[in-house]
Amino acid sequence: MSDDNKMTIIATKGTFDWAFPPFIIASTGVAMDKEVTIFFTFYGLNLLLKDTSKLKVSPIGNPAMPMKMPFGPKWLQKIDFGPKIPNVLWNIPGAESLVTWLMQKTMAKHGVAKLDELRSMCQEFDVKFIACEMTVELFGYDREDFVDGVEFAGAAMYFDEAAGGDHHLYM
Amino acid sequence: MADETLDASGLNCPLPILKTKKALSKMDAGKILDVISTDAGSVKDIEAFCNQTGNKLISTVEEGGKYVFTIEKV
Repeated sequence: MSDDNKMTIIATKGTFDWAFPPFIIASTGVAMDKEVTIFFTFYGLNLLLKDTSKLKVSPIGNPAMPMKMPFGPKWLQKIDFGPKIPNVLWNIPGAESLVTWLMQKTMAKHGVAKLDELRSMCQEFDVKFIACEMTVELFGYDREDFVDGVEFAGAAMYFDEAAGGDHHLYM
Repeated sequence: MADETLDASGLNCPLPILKTKKALSKMDAGKILDVISTDAGSVKDIEAFCNQTGNKLISTVEEGGKYVFTIEKV
């Protein structure tokens, strides 16, 4: 495959909602004959964990996120509770899990792929996963915490992967 | 008449594209694949997919919220 077909993504976010864009773009890229590498660094490392159940949506500091009910009558589903609920309430234990659960329900209803399914498809399609070794050590992870097939390297390898490519995204 | 049919109804982006890719990869060149989708975004997406991969989009038919894409594998 020629170099100009290469594409790279730097994945830096580790919440459940932001876990999707890198895997969606990467899997679509390989499906369209691109050679795709994702470089996971800082909180983006969460996306490579064997157990993704710890990934949550944070309702705090997520001001633009619409919060709508995935079930109930139509009028209820149309209401955006985001601006209506005081931020202080999101500090209640369990709020993150509740919001995450609601988002998962909404996604299932709309036929969006599950996170693990999307990640497996990336691997099946040979998307290259690189975990930033520096942040793996910084956050006290073991290599065994991550899914199989991940390579561990630094910023220099990112540049080697990115050389010649024409699509490079920071997420 | 299609050689293979892929029903991607109810699935959302990027699943119709990923499943189309998988289905085509199992087929021989010149064979015809019908993809059924309910994702309105797939109209532009399947077109873009074919543009980029060289597969030939023979037709797009919409009927009652369902889209049928007929693709010839290169």
